[in-house]
Amino acid sequence: MKRALPLYAAFAYLFLHVPLAILAIFSVNASRFTIWDGFSLRWYRAMFADRDLLESAANSLIIAVAATVLATVIGTLAAYALWKKASPWLAGSLYLSLVTPEIVTGISLLAFFQWIFRYLHLRLGMHTVILAHVSFSIAYVVLVVMARLRSFDVALEEAALDLGETEFGAFYRVTLPYLAPAIAAAALLAFTVSIDDYVITSLVAGVDSRTLPMVIYAMARRGVNPVLNAVSTVVVAGLGGLILISERLRKA
Amino acid sequence: MTSTPANRLRAFFLTPVATVMLATLGVPLAIVTAYSFLSRGPYGGVEMPWTEENYTRLFDPLYAGIFLRSAWVALLATAGCLVLAFPLALFIARSGARKNLYLALVILPFWTSFLIRLYAWMFLLRDTGLINTAFISLGLIHAPLPLLYNEGAVLLGLIYGYLPFAVLPLYATLERQDPVLLDAAADLGATPWRALFRVTIPLSMPGILAASILVFVPCIGTYIVSDLLGGSKTVLIGNLVQNQFTSSRDWPFGAAASIVLIVAAIAMLLLMRRSREELL
Repeated sequence: MKRALPLYAAFAYLFLHVPLAILAIFSVNASRFTIWDGFSLRWYRAMFADRDLLESAANSLIIAVAATVLATVIGTLAAYALWKKASPWLAGSLYLSLVTPEIVTGISLLAFFQWIFRYLHLRLGMHTVILAHVSFSIAYVVLVVMARLRSFDVALEEAALDLGETEFGAFYRVTLPYLAPAIAAAALLAFTVSIDDYVITSLVAGVDSRTLPMVIYAMARRGVNPVLNAVSTVVVAGLGGLILISERLRKA
Repeated sequence: MTSTPANRLRAFFLTPVATVMLATLGVPLAIVTAYSFLSRGPYGGVEMPWTEENYTRLFDPLYAGIFLRSAWVALLATAGCLVLAFPLALFIARSGARKNLYLALVILPFWTSFLIRLYAWMFLLRDTGLINTAFISLGLIHAPLPLLYNEGAVLLGLIYGYLPFAVLPLYATLERQDPVLLDAAADLGATPWRALFRVTIPLSMPGILAASILVFVPCIGTYIVSDLLGGSKTVLIGNLVQNQFTSSRDWPFGAAASIVLIVAAIAMLLLMRRSREELL
């Protein structure tokens, strides 16, 4: 078993990582076919010349940044309040938002928006996508911030109160700085789940709010496209970097 | 509740999250539940009267077959993930100082674009993909193998996609186990394999249950894996729901199918709470 385990693990890691590595290799292939034909950056040039891709990437970034800021603030406050005193209803609904199949979240939000738009003069667009992303990112933020709060010593807050801080002052000047690395990690996590979402986004997006995953999805469904290999490599490298930073912060 | 400063602060902190969850989870689910008991309107949409016909239609052999198929595929994917994940989690838990590195190598694909990870398999499996091209140029086969757009490809995509979901809870359980137990087993004459099956695995049951649920729930509701890798032939519940809300425009029926998925997810959630593998 001493030898079998590392050998098995090596294969498992290959299984997890080789498919993406192959995409990266073929993203710099000169040929459009699956035959190596020398190094070339032509697919990267094609990617930067594609207006559809650039516009959707810009939309994705705007949505992800807005959703991240909102979800991080709301989620951090929620984690703190839940840490002070448990609330089965709220914890339950956060869990529910994590386990609800994406397609169900998507159609229920769609049904909800269509229903309120009968009374409000609004349409599907960036705002509906942002709201949807805030909704499904909050639970991730709460999980990460809550994990850090578990190691926080309440005595520190009590000391601040004894020294004349208000409740909010103690939170703001003592607890919040302690939570900072977890909050940053949570924000990065919220950003990655937001920028990656396809199923929910595609259902609540309007004509002016096509996101990068929606364009990637349409390209993938049409078949394999070497430009998509380049896009994939950039996205995976970017998100991978963010995740590594986030993991670092969580352990800090 | 007395209105102490602490309580007021807590109420103030809870207001945004409660508002968002109510507006984007509670109300939408209530609407879907209501729709699932309504009739289909002539132009899509919903109308009165109330009916339970949408639910009885789910028992139609055509739809019941889709449900059974989805459950079966999700079950196979869960079993596949557990079998593949357990030894990997064991390896990480017993790898000493390099633990964090090995764990990061699992977490990385866990969070990097799910969509792109599926596309990577399309790139490998399609008729002119890497696997077929390689086999043909090696002279092993003459015509491309139909690797993509079938249930096998869906299963592979699910296992690939959700393997990290299984590794993490298994690792968490294994990491907590006292290595002294294995010494004791060895002292009593157990071989390492026997100790694995008689000590390590039985003690890992909470993690195994958590991993099963974490994989099974997204698998049974999957939409993109069957859509991208299964082609039009593989219709699972997720595709059925999507279809009713887009092209078929039968919202009440799609809502009924969604409610079944939600109820299944809640049941799993309660099951997990009993396993005491606390997440929140």
